[in-house]
Amino acid sequence: MINLKQVSFSYGDTPVLHHIDLLVQEGEMVALLGPNGSGKTTLIKLLSGVLRPTVGDIHLDGSILSSMKRRQVAQRVAVVPQQFSMPFAFTLREVVLLGRTPFLSVFSDEGEHDHRVVQQAMERIGISALKERFFNELSGGERQKAILAMALAQEPKILLLDEPTAHLDINHQVEILDLVKSLNREQGVTVIGAMHDLNLAALYFDRLLLLKEGRIFADGTPEKLLTAETIEEVFAASVQVTQHPLTKSPHVVVIPKRSPLE
Amino acid sequence: MFTRLKQNRRLLILLALGAFLLFCLLIAVSLGAVPISPLDIIKMTLNKTGLFHFSATWQPSDETILFLIRLPRVIAGALVGAALASAGVLFQGMLRNPMADPYIIGTSAGAAFGATIAMMLPVSVAFLSFGLVPIAAFFGALGAVLLVYNLAKVGGKTPIVSMLLAGFAVSAMLAAIVFLMVTLSGRTGLLQNVYSFLMGSISVSGWNQIIIVAPLIIGAIVAARFLAFRLNALSLGEEGAAYLGIDVERDKIIVLALGSLLTAAAVSISGLIGFVGLVVPHAVRLVLGPDHRLLLPAAALSGGAFIVLADLFARTVLAPSEIPIGIITAIIGAPFFIYLLRHTRREYAF
Repeated sequence: MINLKQVSFSYGDTPVLHHIDLLVQEGEMVALLGPNGSGKTTLIKLLSGVLRPTVGDIHLDGSILSSMKRRQVAQRVAVVPQQFSMPFAFTLREVVLLGRTPFLSVFSDEGEHDHRVVQQAMERIGISALKERFFNELSGGERQKAILAMALAQEPKILLLDEPTAHLDINHQVEILDLVKSLNREQGVTVIGAMHDLNLAALYFDRLLLLKEGRIFADGTPEKLLTAETIEEVFAASVQVTQHPLTKSPHVVVIPKRSPLE
Repeated sequence: MFTRLKQNRRLLILLALGAFLLFCLLIAVSLGAVPISPLDIIKMTLNKTGLFHFSATWQPSDETILFLIRLPRVIAGALVGAALASAGVLFQGMLRNPMADPYIIGTSAGAAFGATIAMMLPVSVAFLSFGLVPIAAFFGALGAVLLVYNLAKVGGKTPIVSMLLAGFAVSAMLAAIVFLMVTLSGRTGLLQNVYSFLMGSISVSGWNQIIIVAPLIIGAIVAARFLAFRLNALSLGEEGAAYLGIDVERDKIIVLALGSLLTAAAVSISGLIGFVGLVVPHAVRLVLGPDHRLLLPAAALSGGAFIVLADLFARTVLAPSEIPIGIITAIIGAPFFIYLLRHTRREYAF
């Protein structure tokens, strides 16, 4: 369970998030939506503990996040960012093994158990055939799956995503989100993800948070939130909302400012 | 089973490299103006332990040459090589930059600055049998790193780019001051001293310096080995490492401190020997892979062997005159490095 009480954050003198109140229960799947600069990524970083609130506290299962050791946080919370760059020639398996870092200590290298967790994570994501390939030589989609497997090797209770599909082709976007959804449904992993694609968010997430200028503008199900009025208000774009032909979830269609038919 | 295999492989590689280093040490002490047979060397060394009593098949002077001249120099070479190669692994890993070498964050210029000041002083002081020059070089190197680190600090953090830039700026400034000082002093002979310090040479007299430097270097390498798994996580960048539970700012300070200590300790007995800290970590990484838990000790052993062999070359090829060892390391190191770069499939990517 994650609980934010009146959390504000500023980068130096620049305020980014204002008075955020938020409660996410175990097993929820929540998408953060909002235009660039609305504070999605900052909120993910606050939830991961790498940034600390300027004001207010974040509670993780009853403990205050900023008073926990980084290692303790990483044993419960894993993050999949947009992408990682890796300067050295690690193999995919070695990269996934990095997910065990929070469980290693100065005096103990990884053991049988860690290797089993790594193997299971690679199999779960469906990349164990690639395990001896160099991470840098994989395609963008394969790399992102490796990072997801690395996050999975942390055996997290909470999985944070920071626009994890931003650089991927549509097939990989769907694959990654299918995997995330199955982790949520089958293993009860709480998922909180910053998303930029409203339709993918509506398809995969149960609860949406709309952020506008560092404040929570609206919070609810895709059906309730994704209306033409709300989206215009938050994104300043003209849209129509229809229904996805198969899932009946809301489907957002943009209307060009100048009609192409003119 | 997988773990056992992996750890056995690691152990075997390190044992092989350790044996190679010992072999190099043996060859290096046996060769010189007065050759001593390797068998006699082994006997003399075993006699020293007090457990063996081989009868002397050698001249008494051989024993003096071995224990008071050659062995200290060869051991010093191994220590310097191990220190520079380990520092290279630490800096390249932390800065995620394969161009980083132990001198990149100002150590080299700082050491030269300290050494030059010591050379210009009219006094000659000895402290714990160290001359003033190595001590000043040691503190110059550490001082420069501290200066660079604090200049690079922005709001409690030290971004890697600003550290590289600060290192470059401080190095350029200190190098200019060194040459300005020498020029203004009007002592052209000093230029020769500064130059030979910059080219590097293993100069120890007896064991006293080694007794001080060896625990520093070995201790720092052992400490660095314990941190190796965190260096692996740091390969993902500061943000990625933080997500994996690494206290990035704390670990950067530890890595920086260990790397600077290793470099400064090496500089204090050898001057500036280039190329080892850059090339040895690369070469080992290309062959054995980037896992710092193997890379760090393997680079330390290889760096030690490399300097022992290079120093052997430096003092025997044109004997009785010596070539500065920095020239040897570059002449052997560069082509070897180019060969490795062109014959391995593991590429660097950013």
